[in-house]
Amino acid sequence: MNTPTNNDEQRTTHNETVVSFSGIEKSFFGVKVLKGVSFDVGAGSIVGLVGENGAGKSTLMNLLGGILQPDAGELRVNGQTYAPRNPNAARAAGIAFVHQELNLFPNLSIAENLHLTDFPRVGEKIVRGSSFVVRGDNEPASAPQRTTNNKQQTGGGLPWIDRRTLRSRTTELLRQVGLDHAPDTLVECLPAGERQLVEIAKALGADARVIILDEPTTSLSARECERLFTLMHQLRKRAIAIIYISHALGDVLRICDDLVVLRDGERVGGGETKEFTHDRLVSLMVGRQLNQLYPERSCWGAQAPSPVAVGALADHPDGARTAMIQNHVAKDSSAQTRTARARFAAAGAAALPILSVRSLTQPGIAHDISFDLAAGEVLGISGLMGAGRSELARILFGLDPCTSGEIQLAGQLLDGNPRQRIQRGLAFLTEDRRQEGLCMEASIADNIALVTLTQHSRTPARWLDFAGIKSAVSQMREAVRLSPKATDSQPVRTLSGGNQQKVVLGKWLLAEPKVLILDEPTRGIDVGAKFEIYQLIHQLADRGAGVLVISSEIEELIGICDRLLVMRHGELTGEFRREEFDREKILGSALHASKPLAADVRRL
Amino acid sequence: MTTVSPTTNNERQTTNKLVASEYFVLFLCLVVFAAFAPFTPDFASSGNLWNIFTACLPLLLLATGQTLVLITGGIDLSVTASIGLSSVVGALVMGGDAGWLRGSPAAMPVAIAAMLATGALVGLFNGACIAWLRMPAFMVTLTTTMFFNGFAVWLAKRNVDAESIYNLPPAFLALGTQAWLAAFLAVVAALGAHLLLARTLLGRWLYAVGHNPRTSLISGVPVGGVTVSAYMLNGAFAAMTAILLTARLETGSPNHGKALLLDVIGAAVIGGTSLFGGKGKVMWTVFGVLFLSLLGNGLNLLNLSDFMITIIKGAVILIAALLDVWRNKFVRGS
Repeated sequence: MNTPTNNDEQRTTHNETVVSFSGIEKSFFGVKVLKGVSFDVGAGSIVGLVGENGAGKSTLMNLLGGILQPDAGELRVNGQTYAPRNPNAARAAGIAFVHQELNLFPNLSIAENLHLTDFPRVGEKIVRGSSFVVRGDNEPASAPQRTTNNKQQTGGGLPWIDRRTLRSRTTELLRQVGLDHAPDTLVECLPAGERQLVEIAKALGADARVIILDEPTTSLSARECERLFTLMHQLRKRAIAIIYISHALGDVLRICDDLVVLRDGERVGGGETKEFTHDRLVSLMVGRQLNQLYPERSCWGAQAPSPVAVGALADHPDGARTAMIQNHVAKDSSAQTRTARARFAAAGAAALPILSVRSLTQPGIAHDISFDLAAGEVLGISGLMGAGRSELARILFGLDPCTSGEIQLAGQLLDGNPRQRIQRGLAFLTEDRRQEGLCMEASIADNIALVTLTQHSRTPARWLDFAGIKSAVSQMREAVRLSPKATDSQPVRTLSGGNQQKVVLGKWLLAEPKVLILDEPTRGIDVGAKFEIYQLIHQLADRGAGVLVISSEIEELIGICDRLLVMRHGELTGEFRREEFDREKILGSALHASKPLAADVRRL
Repeated sequence: MTTVSPTTNNERQTTNKLVASEYFVLFLCLVVFAAFAPFTPDFASSGNLWNIFTACLPLLLLATGQTLVLITGGIDLSVTASIGLSSVVGALVMGGDAGWLRGSPAAMPVAIAAMLATGALVGLFNGACIAWLRMPAFMVTLTTTMFFNGFAVWLAKRNVDAESIYNLPPAFLALGTQAWLAAFLAVVAALGAHLLLARTLLGRWLYAVGHNPRTSLISGVPVGGVTVSAYMLNGAFAAMTAILLTARLETGSPNHGKALLLDVIGAAVIGGTSLFGGKGKVMWTVFGVLFLSLLGNGLNLLNLSDFMITIIKGAVILIAALLDVWRNKFVRGS
């Protein structure tokens, strides 16, 4: 650190640099995904790393975490050249990577998870401290002392685990992250938010100086998020640097000290958070002015079905995305909105329910749920985590049972297994894209064709018509505007989150559903892809399908829905039409408390 | 579900391309062939090659059936029990001194039908336990091996008071003596399995279930039915093997094919079929079978002792498996 580097000017003024990236490049299969990225991370600062999916955030962090090695450029940790060959080397250098899919073993206890690589042993000599790369003279005297030093040099000992030390160390680590569970608690017993905290405790146990949090809030409730943010601020006081990756820009702007914006593998912006606004961040991320997050529908609300072929969706020529967004922005005049809403009011009464649910009940999950979904309507279901929204969707799709109640599709009783319901015109995009939406190792074409394979098979022997499948797939690829760089035979695993979700959506759109249920359709997806998915939802509704959207983001539901239902504890507690949309009121019916909590207001 | 074509750059060398190619195992076969040919003059003779071909037919049938099961992410260890039971059932129908239809002209077709049905029923039982009772495939097929094997012995002893049943009708034995007939049937069956996997709805579904059963279920794939049909088809392939072995050895016995189990799974996996499901082809399995058969035959001709052959075969399979891991990493990693 004492040797002057050419990065000195770029350093953040308020802090010592712990990690510096300079000119980092990385290619996969000859495609450059990082094109010379440089920035510094100061000790005791929270740096927000934002960018669309595929911008190179994960690759950059995988380089820091030792999972990948850069092709060019230099990484420095505490001023020393740092070239980890594997994740263990990164850990030894004080870098902890908390992945989006947590790396905990649910079947083991908290204590075992925290000490998996260095169990305290009976008779072990404990040498405190001095486990971390160059410290000492680099650290200014004023730097806050870390309260504990959990990493210990082991010295001899018997090959038996010292249970007592294990427990006391675990308790201490849990205390630091604000948990008071018994060390022997199995991780599978913890809710998602607390698992995240255990991961951070694990990082503290490894004496991490830098903690990378990759999309930590996607599966957390509002309260759990607050808890995480409070902890992050505490860690900052202990001179621990945090690199925070998230698509929730509101959170990023609120909690980060500095921001780095990546686009197409380049650093397109950065600096102190106060220099940024939400809009500026978005336009930096997508590389153009994006004034509107939600598309305006030509006609809000239910309408008579108009037979438009799927192919019509594909009419927009390549690169029309920007033009379309601008077009929509232009149309967003209040007069137009008013007429559209008036039309909704008129059409709402006359529209036929395509899906009607009566007194649906499953003890402990759903209680006496009744609602109608009209053809051409986008109906949102709001509510807090655990309110039973996803469970309701699973019952509708026949994945879970219900003890009483009735579902009708287009006036006829809907029952049977998912396969039979799909044949009747139901489609379901689940909240878990990886486990339930896609075959990750299978090709894009195979995934898109999966639902509609039956239609392309001819008896005898259910011979497949591959030419027909191929043309249907390529038509759908255009309709959902899947990245043209990807080939049909490429495994979906290699796509970004947004493109993966487009594959799932395309798979269902090919089946031309009468009712499409979408559970958190834009989770973990970048702004541009979100907009395109909203457009696809509207186009499907314009064709006369009913769309049921479940989302934790109230803004999103307000942005795209004609009508909103609110669930709480398995019951429907509110219904709002578009002209009655009001955040506070919607939240009020979602919450048990009569007044919404400040934290929940912010989150939803 | 189609295989990822290896993404090799132009400047990469041809050896690298070869390693990543799906014909890599065929190449290994050629290497084995070239390695043995100079030391054993008989090895490359047309007589010996025909010998290798006819001798590997039972393994080919079994490994092809197993490939269907492995693609769904399952495994079937009970194929040897299926062979034994089918063999006993067939022999009890058509032959011996106590055959139910002995001497009747319908004996042979009925017996063959009964054998195929027996194999398919064993598969149905396995598949039902795995798909509908949600039991682990390894456990189910390990225990049904014991059960059906014991059942076959009991059936034989009860009817003819011995494990082996002799005096099968000559028309049936022709399947054993006329090697071309057996070869024709085995090749047609393997070709059928290939077409099933590559060209039909059921084939695509088998891959989908192997990739991700939850996604498949939600996408409307009848996961239970697909899984059961994989085990039933494998059972039928085991029954075809039983027909070949019974005819060739001129006896119905619960002990046919018992030594084949490890070779079966070895051949499929060497070919490149994944034990985790979703990946595999009949053609790859054919290469795997060819590799193992060439190796076994070559070592035999070198007049090595039995235990020596086993040692070398084991080591070579291990190396082949290592190469497979390595090339998968190679194809995916860089």
